[in-house]
Amino acid sequence: MDLEYTTLLPEIILSLSGILLMMSAPMVDRERQHSLGYPALLGIGTAFAATVVQWGLSGEGFYGMVFQDSFSQLCKLLFLFSAAAITLSAMSYLEREKLLHGEFFALLSFATVGMCLMASSADLILTFLGLEILSVSTYILVAFREKDPKSTESALKYFILGAFSTAFLLYGIAFIYGATGTTRYTQVADFLSSASFYPLALALGLALIAVGFGFKAAVTPFHVWTPDVYEGAPLPIAMHLAVSSKAAALVALLRIFYQMLPDLSQQWEGMLSISAVLTMAVGNIAALTQTNIKRMLAYSSIAHAGYLLVGFCANNASGVQAMLFYLFAYALMNVGAFTVIQVMARDNERFLSISDFRGTARRHPYLSAALASFLVSLAGIPATAGFMGKLFMFAAAIESQHYTLVVIALLASAVGLYYYLRVIVLMYMWEPSDILEPAPVPLSAKIVIAIMIIGTFYLGIYPKPILDLASEAAIF
Amino acid sequence: MPYNFENGFWVLILFPLLGAAVNGLMGKRFPAGMVALIACFMSGLSFLVAFGTFLQFSNLPGESRVLSKHLFTWIESGNFVASFGLLLDPLSMVMILIITGVGFLIHVYSTRYMREHPGFYRYFAYLNLFIFMMSVLALADNYLMMFIGWEGVGLCSYLLIGYYFDRKSAGDAAKKAFIVNRVGDAGFILGVLLIFRTFQSVEFIPVFEQVVRRFPEAEASFGILSAIALLLFVGAIGKSAQIPLYVWLPDAMEGPTPVSALIHAATMVTAGVYLTARSAALYSRTPEVLALVASIGAITALFAALIATVQTDIKRVLAYSTVSQLGYMFIAVGVGAFGAGIFHLFTHAFFKALLFLGAGSVILALHHEQNLFKMGGLRRYLPITSLTMWIGTLAISGIPPFAGFFSKDEILAKAYESPLGSPLLWALGLVAAGLTAFYMFRLMFLTFHGRGHHEKHPPREDSNSVSIPLLFLALFSLIAGWIGLPPYLGINRFEHFLEPSFRYQYQHGASETAHTSELLLASVTILAAVLGIAVSYLLYVRKPGTSGKLASRFPSVYRILERKFYVDEIYDFLVVHPLYRLAVRTLWRTIDVRLIDGTVNGTGSFFQAWGHLLKRIQAGYARIYASWVLWGALLVILYCYFSLA
Repeated sequence: MDLEYTTLLPEIILSLSGILLMMSAPMVDRERQHSLGYPALLGIGTAFAATVVQWGLSGEGFYGMVFQDSFSQLCKLLFLFSAAAITLSAMSYLEREKLLHGEFFALLSFATVGMCLMASSADLILTFLGLEILSVSTYILVAFREKDPKSTESALKYFILGAFSTAFLLYGIAFIYGATGTTRYTQVADFLSSASFYPLALALGLALIAVGFGFKAAVTPFHVWTPDVYEGAPLPIAMHLAVSSKAAALVALLRIFYQMLPDLSQQWEGMLSISAVLTMAVGNIAALTQTNIKRMLAYSSIAHAGYLLVGFCANNASGVQAMLFYLFAYALMNVGAFTVIQVMARDNERFLSISDFRGTARRHPYLSAALASFLVSLAGIPATAGFMGKLFMFAAAIESQHYTLVVIALLASAVGLYYYLRVIVLMYMWEPSDILEPAPVPLSAKIVIAIMIIGTFYLGIYPKPILDLASEAAIF
Repeated sequence: MPYNFENGFWVLILFPLLGAAVNGLMGKRFPAGMVALIACFMSGLSFLVAFGTFLQFSNLPGESRVLSKHLFTWIESGNFVASFGLLLDPLSMVMILIITGVGFLIHVYSTRYMREHPGFYRYFAYLNLFIFMMSVLALADNYLMMFIGWEGVGLCSYLLIGYYFDRKSAGDAAKKAFIVNRVGDAGFILGVLLIFRTFQSVEFIPVFEQVVRRFPEAEASFGILSAIALLLFVGAIGKSAQIPLYVWLPDAMEGPTPVSALIHAATMVTAGVYLTARSAALYSRTPEVLALVASIGAITALFAALIATVQTDIKRVLAYSTVSQLGYMFIAVGVGAFGAGIFHLFTHAFFKALLFLGAGSVILALHHEQNLFKMGGLRRYLPITSLTMWIGTLAISGIPPFAGFFSKDEILAKAYESPLGSPLLWALGLVAAGLTAFYMFRLMFLTFHGRGHHEKHPPREDSNSVSIPLLFLALFSLIAGWIGLPPYLGINRFEHFLEPSFRYQYQHGASETAHTSELLLASVTILAAVLGIAVSYLLYVRKPGTSGKLASRFPSVYRILERKFYVDEIYDFLVVHPLYRLAVRTLWRTIDVRLIDGTVNGTGSFFQAWGHLLKRIQAGYARIYASWVLWGALLVILYCYFSLA
């Protein structure tokens, strides 16, 4: 046991970069604040490079508080990749919306540090800290559209409910500590494997931890905040909530359940499979009647959390592998879809009603084709990453004989087809509702969309590279 | 150091793909000249690589003329592995030279032929894509990848037949080609599945090695090999337009003429022959299936030749002629003479492409007139076309020393003397040979000779991009046969070259026939051709009008031939109409509208109703949300408590 700073090298780099950004923001001209995205990208890129360099190293650091293993490293790569993409999209967004505060990038970097800590934490206390770093940064980011009362309202809602659910989590941690006398994952697991009986406090701990993370991952019945918050949040932050913050919560929960509570797998498997069914049902069904595309994608993200839970319930190595793969696929298609929507929404996020997408294929042939591809991938149609991800995840669940769950998941995805395809139908088969000049497409958005398109189809046709990485990372 | 084609030959498939991508995605904005330049450049480059490869390849010793190139693993699932790999052996070498060589010439020709048509870029994108797909088909090292190419060329064929999509007949013809081919493709893919089930692999060489090991003798009765061979043959029948699936090819003439030359004469339609020859290891061990192959080939050869004698559309004559010549190739592979079949495939590619392009030149000069009886006397106006088409005609009629003679003569000799052959097959082929000479000379006489009425608008031959490909093809129609001389004249280099590809073949006893009898057979073949020519001369030059009298003397015979034995009508009655009725009455009005739509709409409204209900939860108040979280937490706690207790 030792301090071993290098185990948290990416987090340290990113934190320093965030602090520097925070300090330099006041010294940059107001009109040029959005260009602080470049140093932010540099920081994220350096952290990414550090993770790549460290790939394969394993060990513990900070006196056993931190794991360094391929699982945490792959998760960090995912978070950093998403953070870079979101930063890139946000640069043009901030400029267009005149939200000229460079702190945006610093906060996004801090949120990413929190997520990385959640993935590599070996102790409930550190996990909690990671979650709080993520949450506090995100609360501010949601409120970033200062001129829009909706943004403030949704930030406040998110803050109140988030604080509420954090209390559950903290209480759960306390119960675990009370029952086992420790908060270290491995020590709790050791205690449980040798315990002759399980104290009641353990049940409470398990339940409350699930509530805390279930809230962040937007899993039914803790999803209720999602549509309102997404709707009010700036688009890049809706992207961050849908992609990164959800992934971080699931990854942390995965680590806790697989590594700390494997002895209670029967209990959490049952609990999560019920939740998975509810989540898929609510997400997909509620999305059907939405009229705002942000809200629709919010429900879609709930549905996807449900699919991810199916992989979670598989409780085997291929389930973990499939989940990690799916998180990558999910990041690609969601970041892509949100970026296209961000461009098409124009200034002040004016055009976000689903009916605004009528006939956009005329105005924006390339953007519409890109959005159609992302939606097709979200719907899980072959040749896209979304299909491969679902395939692997459901296959893993079948491996553990969760037949009912997989059948329900398939039915739920069939329902989901409707609302994804509806947007495509509107884009291609309807006349435009009004005559607008094509929206300007900033270069940074073009880059993001191109990368996501390539990734979506690449993983859909040739999933092997990420699948191999994920299989290396499936260490539980 | 010169480029090493042995390792780098695979790039030749990339050029046409690149050309198709560039022209397909951006061609709309390019000027027509640039589109044509890109397409021709890419296919030309592809040919150059193929030719360079051939030069290095032919320097290799015979036994090492099998190069394989693994590009990447495409599917890996359990013990099923499909790789994207290429196999270059003499057989695929010959194919690739034809595909890229003839393909390039036809690209050049098309730059003029298609000039006035809208959607120029679309045409060239499809044509380049076709070259890519056909190369994949020919170079594949496994059945599955071959199937990709197989389907890909089918797609390109569909797109190009229906190129003039504003004409209903073109759209119908495209659909017909696609649907009829579907029957064959189903056979092909089932055959591939059966191969995998039997040999746990779909790669050519491992499969053939297992065949040699596990089936040292030919199958005495119908067994697993025969089943595979039969299924693959169903695929071959569809693609190569043999009885009973030939009906799509004549209609495919709705496509632009260069397409007919490239796809529906020189390359794609020969894919069935190629598939059979490629699977020689399987076929040579299934004498029963081979007998079927030969019989279908012989009957098709005769049947299509008969129909060709009364067609009045210049392209349709050539289409039936193609069906008939493909029948010849199947006779050859059906008697186990795979090399002879490929040899005819090779020579046919030149003279049939030449004839089609010549016909295209005529059609162009006459402003899209295709009726033979409205032509005549064009010799004076179109000298190059006339000259080159005469060479093609002599070649296809089997007159020495033109290319067709050598390949056709070899097929007929093999049909007679091979242990799997029979005098009957030979006789059928012989009659078909006579008919071939007849209908081809009829076509030539009616087109170029006699009297035409072109004084007002004298037709004239167009640019060099039309005549240069014609001259090149004419040259090859003359000399291509010389590399496969019959035994009484020299050595057959062509088949010697192909031998490594057929090393897994089972030999049904050697056939040694004296040179004298071979000479005799050859003389009879030539005689049949001369007879056909004489009759044609008599009917259409000496006493024009006799043919009309003959037709009125035997109206029923004429009508049956003219209506192509009523095969299309029979198919309509037996297959199309019953299916149509089933589709409309039962499947559509009852099952689809009532049952399926009812269920689907019911499900839709069910979920919509739930959706509205769920929407009402979303009232927007933080306190309501908090209470949801609280209730949820309570449920989770209860669940955990009871499951742990």
